[in-house]
Amino acid sequence: MSLDFLLEIGTEEIPDWMIPAALTQLTKVDLLGATPRVDATPRRLVVRAEGLPERTPDSEQIVKGPPISAGDKAAEGFAKKQGADASALRKSGNYYELVKRVSGRPVRDILAETLPGAILGLQWPKTMYWTDRSGPRFIRPIRWLVALLGDQVIPIEIGGVRSGSVTRGHRILGADSIPVTVVTYERELRKNAVILAAHERRHKIEKEAAALGAKLDRDLVETLTYITEFPTAIKGDFDPAYLELPAEVLSMVMRHHQKYFTVEGPRGGLAPNFVAVMNTSGDPEGLVKHGNERVLKARFNDARFFWNVDQQKKLADRVDDLAHVTFQAKLGSYKEKTDRVVALVKELGGDANAQRAALLSKCDLTTEMVKEFTDLQGVVGGLYARAQGEPEPVWRAIYEHYKPLSMEDSIPSTPESQIVALADKLDTLRSCFSIGLIPTGSKDPFALRRAAQGVVKILVEAALEYRLDALAQGELYAFLLERVQYYFREVRGFKYDEVNAVLKAGVSTLKDVEDRLNHVARVRPTPDFEPLAASFKRINNILKQADFTHGVVYAGMLEDGPEKELYQAYSRLAAFGPLEEVAELRPYVDRFFDKVMVNAPDPKIRENRLSMLSDMLRKFSSIADFSEIVTSGDQTKS
Amino acid sequence: MPMDTFQDTVLKLKHYWADRGAIIQEPYDVEVGAGTMCPETFLRVLGPKPYRVAYVQPSRRPADGRYGENPNRLYKHQQLQVVLKPPPDDVIDQYLGSLEAIGIDLSKHDIKFEEDNWESPTLGAWGIGWQVMLDGLEITQFTYFQQCGGIDLDLAPAELTYGLERISAFLQGVESVYDMQWAPGVKYSEVRLADEVQFSVYNFEMANVDRLWRLLAEHEAECKELLGKYEKYPDKRRFPVLPAYDHVLKCSHLFNLLDARGAISVTERVGVIKRVRDLAVGTARLWVAQQGDQQAPGEGAAA
Repeated sequence: MSLDFLLEIGTEEIPDWMIPAALTQLTKVDLLGATPRVDATPRRLVVRAEGLPERTPDSEQIVKGPPISAGDKAAEGFAKKQGADASALRKSGNYYELVKRVSGRPVRDILAETLPGAILGLQWPKTMYWTDRSGPRFIRPIRWLVALLGDQVIPIEIGGVRSGSVTRGHRILGADSIPVTVVTYERELRKNAVILAAHERRHKIEKEAAALGAKLDRDLVETLTYITEFPTAIKGDFDPAYLELPAEVLSMVMRHHQKYFTVEGPRGGLAPNFVAVMNTSGDPEGLVKHGNERVLKARFNDARFFWNVDQQKKLADRVDDLAHVTFQAKLGSYKEKTDRVVALVKELGGDANAQRAALLSKCDLTTEMVKEFTDLQGVVGGLYARAQGEPEPVWRAIYEHYKPLSMEDSIPSTPESQIVALADKLDTLRSCFSIGLIPTGSKDPFALRRAAQGVVKILVEAALEYRLDALAQGELYAFLLERVQYYFREVRGFKYDEVNAVLKAGVSTLKDVEDRLNHVARVRPTPDFEPLAASFKRINNILKQADFTHGVVYAGMLEDGPEKELYQAYSRLAAFGPLEEVAELRPYVDRFFDKVMVNAPDPKIRENRLSMLSDMLRKFSSIADFSEIVTSGDQTKS
Repeated sequence: MPMDTFQDTVLKLKHYWADRGAIIQEPYDVEVGAGTMCPETFLRVLGPKPYRVAYVQPSRRPADGRYGENPNRLYKHQQLQVVLKPPPDDVIDQYLGSLEAIGIDLSKHDIKFEEDNWESPTLGAWGIGWQVMLDGLEITQFTYFQQCGGIDLDLAPAELTYGLERISAFLQGVESVYDMQWAPGVKYSEVRLADEVQFSVYNFEMANVDRLWRLLAEHEAECKELLGKYEKYPDKRRFPVLPAYDHVLKCSHLFNLLDARGAISVTERVGVIKRVRDLAVGTARLWVAQQGDQQAPGEGAAA
């Protein structure tokens, strides 16, 4: 008979962002061949499956006994130890053996043993105990357990909580003791104001919020999906007078602090409304709407207060205050950092506007607004600079100088912004590296990887003409180079061997690296390319074995036929041909190796041939080191 | 139903928790930044003895002062601190019951538990929990303590910290805490405004920074000296661990004052926090040792 399975781990509210990862782990729970289906709300993690067997099948196990030569006594002893009669033993070669019948076990018993370990074995970012120090650890206290196989409870116990067949509904709208079966479970939850399926809650949020004019935001939708059991969207209003505050600040308060969706106005700006998602079914008296409006108003008042206070002292008058803001204990204050960044901007050729922006870029760290909304640093500085009459190239460069914030984020939009953003990140990297603050493994407290990634992204995407080795040396150069590889592979999708080949041929500007990569990627699919790369590798090996670096090619010593033809072909291509045509060399190379013996008996001829091969290799290696290209004949390497 | 005054709400909450076995303590009489710092929480959560206590604690945060001009920010606000050690299985239901008890009809409101883990570097303490949101307003911090004074806790007590001004202003539907009725016919501003104004002036403008530093050093020295004497002290039961802890609180408050005066650079900050934490951790250790050595007086009350 096949049985259905239900496990519900009833908890106190689990942090929303941790739930999807926990569900992924739960899909791997061993249910004796049945496929787990998982679901969750903040208060329950649920695994269901169909078609579990009632028992595992019986099986036979062969236990090897003593050698026959050891005699009857030994055989009897062995049988006794196995709980069998000596007559049950049989002979196999020179040994006794016993065929033991292992009865199958009830699956319910097996699950009763394995489920607690599977539950407590879930990995969480941070766990707690709630009974006592020796008690179980989980993300939040486990308060009830439903564990059913068919119509029977699978008996388990965690931290004093015993499994049963009784669940709980929504904290406010549902009953707190609801008998369920595998069949009625989801239906009973729904009756008690719990929508079990995340996709259904997500859909309800999106549909209702969109209908109210919300500007949907994927991250916020996810958060709200896992912070509610019965989401319902409502619309609230705020005094349009607050729209005089910058949209960035209003959005930050609404989205990040209050978890509201913003509403777009007729001309793309903000409308004086918001959409909140409740964890309940309705707001007939408008109390929830009123409460949220009240909170938002207080928050906006704070923001307006900060804005007004901050305007009393211009950014330009705050530069010296940065001497009291520590950048890093050993690296001194933000004033010192600012001085370095200004100098670097100048060194990189930044104009007066860029230098001005660099000077003011960190001043917002001393403002009340940034102390309250730290995520808005840079943005607030830019807005203040604009309000204080700084020219657009200046305020925009301040506004954008933390960009790109991630690999997906765009780079700063103007030449001034780009140079300030570059200088700021480069200074952070150089300074930290100079005192040995180099990221290792997962430890990267100063987000240096992100800074380096930003440097790379700006250099490439703004096509800036700085040589990488002029911007960084030593360990920092190597660190940046790693990010260059990462960027071209993971963000731009080039194959790793193409990236290796191009980088190995040398790095000047990253724009040049990008151009060469595009070349290589373009010729890669032509049929002659990979075989040619294989030939280049062969040449490389020949030269290496001969311990040969370079020599002079004497054209007169070349043999007519394949050798001379190869020489003429590559000389012509190297002088005039675009990389696209490098593959045309292939027949010449093949014929050469087919007909010509490099290791000629005459050492002079041999040397001339080696010279020619190395000359050819060098001429084509300025674009990429083709020996790095992995061809179908190679072992995969990484 | 007439609107509850601030004191009505406070009294109802105290009653509610008294009915659930909590001792109703009075506020601690040394300045603290949060109800957590009172010995009734900081020390009582340590060790294996069950304890339940609730008290209102005026909590002073000098840097939050706004001269009485901001409708929601206060230099000193009142917290109701509830500590349940060990936490009952239905602790959240009991908490929700307390909201009903002060007149919040939960079926008409939106209540959410949003992740917010609490940590106090100066106390070497942290816990796991939530901020409880009522119609978008944070009304309570709910924490399962895991560590205090650097010591793993035996029983993971539940700590509920109610922001009383916020809750009462919400119930009374006023925009500014100063407009709340504290008692019938008496506004919050009449009771507390002068306090806010004068302490803002003192904390931000007039507190003598050099003297504050000296006081900090003196209290630190007194605490250290005491901590150093425990080992050789013959009758452990009588040893003044609790007075030593008062000096930790003094240090913490002086630190907050210096901070409000802008006298602590970011660089110094970490160092001063560590000085206070060392004292807090040292005191917590002695408290645990003293509890283990013998039954100290006044222990093992309500459960």
